This record gives sequence, C-alpha cells and structure tokens, in this order.
Amino acid sequence: MFADQDLPIIFAGLMALSIIVYAILDGYDLGVGILLPLENDKQADQMIASIGPFWDANETWLVLAVGLMLIAFPSAHSVILKALYIPTAFMLIGLILRGVAFDFRAKVAQVNKHRWNQVFKLGSVITSCSQGYMLGSFVMGFESSLTAYLFASLSALGVTCAYALIGSGWLILKTTEDLQLKAIEWAKFSGKISFVGILAVCVVNPLINQFVFERWTTAPFAYFVVIIPFACFTLLFVGHLVLKQLPLKNDSGCWLPFMIIVVVYLFCFCGLAFSFYPYVVPGQLTIWQAASAPESLRFILYGALVVIPCILAYTVFSYRVFWGKVEDLRYY
Amino acid sequence: MDDVFLLSRLQFAANISFHILFPSITIALGWFLFYFKLRFNLSHHPVWMRIYRFWVKIFALSFAIGVVTGITMSFQFGTNWPGYMERVGNIAGPLLGYEVLTAFFLEATFLGIMLFGIHRVPSWLHTLATLLVAIGTTLSAFWIIALNSWMQTPTGFEMRDGVAHAIDWWSIIFNPSFPYRLSHVLLASGLTAAFLIAGISAYRIIRGDNKKAPRLALKTAIYAASFLIPLQIFVGDLHGLNTLEHQPQKVAAMEGVWETKQGVPLLLFAIPDEKNRTNHFEIAIPKVTSMILTHDPNGEVQGLNDFIGEHPPVAPVFYSFRIMIGVGVLMLAIAWFSSYKLLRNKHLTNTHLYALIAMTFSGWLATLAGWYVTEIGRQPYLVSGILKTSEAVTDIAPENVVFSFTLYILVYLVLMVAYLHTLFLMARKAVQIEEIQPEELIKLNPSSTSQPREGI
Repeated sequence: MFADQDLPIIFAGLMALSIIVYAILDGYDLGVGILLPLENDKQADQMIASIGPFWDANETWLVLAVGLMLIAFPSAHSVILKALYIPTAFMLIGLILRGVAFDFRAKVAQVNKHRWNQVFKLGSVITSCSQGYMLGSFVMGFESSLTAYLFASLSALGVTCAYALIGSGWLILKTTEDLQLKAIEWAKFSGKISFVGILAVCVVNPLINQFVFERWTTAPFAYFVVIIPFACFTLLFVGHLVLKQLPLKNDSGCWLPFMIIVVVYLFCFCGLAFSFYPYVVPGQLTIWQAASAPESLRFILYGALVVIPCILAYTVFSYRVFWGKVEDLRYY
Repeated sequence: MDDVFLLSRLQFAANISFHILFPSITIALGWFLFYFKLRFNLSHHPVWMRIYRFWVKIFALSFAIGVVTGITMSFQFGTNWPGYMERVGNIAGPLLGYEVLTAFFLEATFLGIMLFGIHRVPSWLHTLATLLVAIGTTLSAFWIIALNSWMQTPTGFEMRDGVAHAIDWWSIIFNPSFPYRLSHVLLASGLTAAFLIAGISAYRIIRGDNKKAPRLALKTAIYAASFLIPLQIFVGDLHGLNTLEHQPQKVAAMEGVWETKQGVPLLLFAIPDEKNRTNHFEIAIPKVTSMILTHDPNGEVQGLNDFIGEHPPVAPVFYSFRIMIGVGVLMLAIAWFSSYKLLRNKHLTNTHLYALIAMTFSGWLATLAGWYVTEIGRQPYLVSGILKTSEAVTDIAPENVVFSFTLYILVYLVLMVAYLHTLFLMARKAVQIEEIQPEELIKLNPSSTSQPREGI
C-alpha cells in the first residue's frame, strides 16, 4: 500500500505533526506555568485549574514525537540526543518537577503549597528554556562554537517567550475579570518580544548558517521564506490591535488572541521545516539515510492510521467537556 | 568507556527502579477505582464514592510521577544506549510506538475527565472514563512487557548485517516468555495496590478513623489480596519453568546451582561466591529444587559452570529471588489470616493493623526484587543472545553521565520523601473529614448528576 521510499516522508510528516501539536498544546500549559504569579494564590489556582485536565495528554505529544523519531529515524535519535545530552537532562528534570508539583500542590498544607507553586514555575521555565536551547543547537547543526551557544541561548529565551505568549492567549480564553486583564497585559508584552525574536531569527539564521542561507535564497523555498515572516509580523501586529480592544462586551472575541498565536506558531514551524527538509539532522542525515526498516515502519503506520484519528477524536471530546471558562480546581 | 558503561547502567537502573514503583500501583489501582465506582453506581451508597474520591487522588499523584519518570526513560534509549536502537530498533521502536499510541493518550486524556469531569459529564460517562484509564494502564503494561519479554526470549526476527529485522510480529509480541511475564507483572500490580490500600486504610483506622470507608476499603483490599496471592504463586511457578526452558542460566543463578547435577537441593540461604564458584553457609532442603523445576526429585538441573562468561552475576539474582519469595510468603500468610478473621466478623486487633501498615509497601519490595531477578538475570545480554549490554552503550564523556545521574538521584530522593509524606498526610486529613459532604448530597440525587455546561 505504501512504497518503501515514501515511508520516511510519511513518518517525517507524522513527526512534524506531533511536534507542532506538542508545541501548541504543551506550549500553552508550559506558558501558564511560566506566568504563574507567586504572590497571588487564588489566581495561581485558577491558572492551574485551566490546564488541569489537559497537561498530561499535552505532554504525551512529546513522547509521541520522540517515539516516532525513535521508531522511524533511530540513528537520528541517537545523534541528536547524544549531542543534546545535558539540555535533555535539564528538560527531563524540568518536566518531572512540573508534573509532580502539579499534583503535590493540590494535596499538601498551605505553606508547602506555595513551595510547590514555585517548583511548578521553575520546572516550566527550565523545560521551556532547555527546549529552546535544543531547538537553537539543532538549527546550528550541533556546532560547538561561541556563535552556536549564543544562538541557542537566544533561542532558549525566544521559545520561553513564545510559550508565555500562547499561555497568555489560553488564559484570555479561559479566564475572566482580573486574571483575564492580567493575561492581556502579559500577551501584549510577550507578543512584542516574540516579534523581536522572530525578526532576530530571520536575520541571524541565514547569516550564520550557510545551509539555511542557500535554502532561503533559492526557489522554490525562497517564496515561502518571503511569505512566512511577513505573515507572522502581520498576524502579531493584528494580534496587538485585538489585545488593545479586549475585553469586549460578553467577552466575545476572547478566543481570537489564542487562535492568532496558533497560526503564528504554524507559520514559524513551517518556516523551520522548509529550511531543513529533507534533513533530520541538519547537514548530516536526511530522512532517507536515517530511516529504519520498511517492514517496521509499515507495521506501526497501519496502527497509527487507525489510532491517531481516535486520539484526535477523544482529544476534541475532552476539550468539549471542559469547554468554557475555568471553574475551581476540584479533585474527585 | 567502562565508566560510561557503569554509570549509564546505574542511571538506567535508578530510573527504572524508581519508575516501576508507580505503574505497579496505578495499573491495578485503576481497576480498583473502576470497581469502587461500579459499586457506587449499583448501590448509590455514598461510602463507595468516598473510597473512590480518596483513592483517585492517590492514583493521580502516583500516575503523574509514573508519567514523568517514564518520559526520562524513552529519552535515555537515545542518550545512553544508542546501540540498542541501532541494533534492535526495528523491533523495539514499533512496540514502544504502539504503547504511546494505544495507551498513553487514552489514559492521559480520560484521566482528565476522571479527575476533573465528574460534574461535567453524566455518571455513566465518568464510569466509562475510569474504565478507559484502567484499560490504558493495562495496555501500556501489555506493550512494554511484550518488548521486555522479547529482549529476554527473542523470536520472530532475523539478523541482516547485524541489525534485527522483523519477520513475524505475532511471534515477536507473543514471544515464549510474554504470557507468563505479563500475568506475573499484572498480578504483582494487583498485590501492590491491594497491600497499599490495606496498609493506608489500616493507618487511618489506627489514627482513629471510625468511618465506614477505610474499613470497607481494607476489607476489599484484603479479599483481593487473598484471591490474587495463590494465583501469583501458581503463575510465578509457571514463569520459572518457562525461564528454565529458555534461560537456564538465569534459573541456575536464582537457585545458586554451580555444577550440573541430579537431585539438586533447595537453598533457603547461602552466600554465593562467584570468585571461587561455590556457595558458603548453605542451608538446604535436599532434592527440592529438582522437584520444583523438573517435577522429579532426582531430575537434572543445569549449573552455572555450563555457562561461564554467559551467565549473570549470581549474588544479586540469588538474593533478590529469595527476597521476592519471602515477601510473597509473608503476603500469603497475612492476607489469608486477615481474611479468616474478617470472614468470621472478628475485630482486627491493633497489632494486626500495625502488621498491615508494615506491609503497605510490600508490593514494591517484591516487585523490585522480582524485576532485578529477571533483568539482572538477563545479563550480560541486553537482548538475549543478540546484543550484549556493553555493546549498546554511548560514547559520550563520563562527566555528562555523572552530572545527569546526580541530578536524577537528587530529584528522585526528594520525590520519594514528598510522595510518602503526602500519602500519609492525605490519610491523616481523611481521618478528620466529616462523614457526609454537600457534594455527596448532590450526587445522591440522580436528577442533578450533571450540571449544565457554562457558555463558551
């Protein structure tokens, strides 16, 4: 049913899908963690309640993305993770801290609750920074030079800020009153920095990365390269205008910032994907070189084609169940 | 290289030992929760809802720790054991992939509804969510044990240029040791959860909880344990015979048999000495090991000396095996004795309750010991006969592994303290809660089981 040489493309597509779904979904809940106000326990509770039913499933997209890489491109998996050994360890520690803090904070005495809030925030920041750093080193082809470290650090800040942005978009959608007003301010602020961040990547990346430079200046990718940053900047600008009007009467339009940010995410991700396709490790391994045996890919693909629609269906169902503004977080 | 090898092994051992504790609770606790919810649906008695509510919190906490510590392992295949994926990735990859696709998303999504959705969905849907979470955790065990069993007894593949290629997925998944190992692990989880429920409930009673909930939970757990433990001993025996057939060197290490001989005695205690290839201070019952393994008192058992250089380190396997068996026997004794008293409606004395509290984490001990028997028992191979553990390790600088290993150990220590502290704190909090709570009154009135959804 699927030709051998098509399988790597299909799996690269599936992997790309799970990475972008992860970036959006866990992005907003990491963002909520980054923004968590330590001085206001009530708002912290509301914010965490808004991501309560979702964070676990959101994180599973990361496991799927890594799993797909492990399944489809095992040699890339080891090259990438060996090169990123320390940032990966940091990210995992961040994820552990976050995940457990989420549950511990709800079950301990008030004094300790505050401490777990700190852990939650810290874990979210560590996770976002290390993911950003990993993305930066990936883009730089895992070079070890000062430029590469600087770029990766810049990327760490950029991704953290992008997560804060989508997190505030989520909060505008899910909350009301004071917290919503706060979220609008957060969104304005992180929106501006994201604007600068995307601009910086667009300028710096082709300058320091020969491969990207060539890719961006030859057709057909050059067309995309013109469209994508332009679309991002327009969207961020429109988003800023929308934020200035919010909140509207009856809270209409509260979903607009989140949707705009999602579209910006999609554009940025496509920009990255276009820059590197068909390499899974920039300049080293293409998806065909890194792919595992066709019979294994086919075995998992048939299952994935049945199961992924089911996953999407019950994910949508779960979002419908928890549709609307957030209520108090209550465990049963 | 040797440093990286040792450190990577220690790190993976620490990770998996810590990780396995939590799934070993949640796999079966999911089914216990489903049972509690069903009893509530059938009887509408609020006590079942109270038991559900108390245990679902512990489930959520254990589940969260299980998830995040599990993620670290999927990364370590790449960071520390690249040779594993390079050699057997064609087999391991899809099995891990199916675990993520069929189990992880299912349990994670419906856990959200199970924990936070009780007022937002109809009662039947909440029950269904509980069931799906239990199915999810069990499916997850299915796939990971399939992979682990394949590593122990690989079938259904061929080697091409040093890389394993799948030929027959059915025989890869249902490899010879899989049915036994899966049953053994699922029953172990049942016992772990049962003794946890019994122990924490006993603790609540000791702390002066006179409500019905802890007593009923205790009773349920004890009956479950009494039913599961003989089953586990039976399955464990079958598993041992299966191991004898496919991995005789592991059984030889478990029993501390050096020379191949007939009428092998059962060693109750000994100190294996690998250097001199003998045991010290043996306390033995004649011919029993032959009896157990071959069903013939004079049956022949292969010894470790037939497998020099190819058998696991003897002492850890030998001791772990005895710890597992010892805990199992203790479980049997206390479960049956408790059942006997409960069936005759006798009061459990304080001493008896303290004994149950002492057994709270007996499942953890037995699970870990059993896991060490089977995993250390596979050494020096990572995949029996195909890939030695030392061939799979990474070539990164040892400092990196020292760094990550230290970080993990610190985090795990803090987590373990916090987990135990919180568990008993929740039990003490439950002691003070009033018998009837307003939410229950809402739940008892069928017309208001689901509240209207709020607008967008």
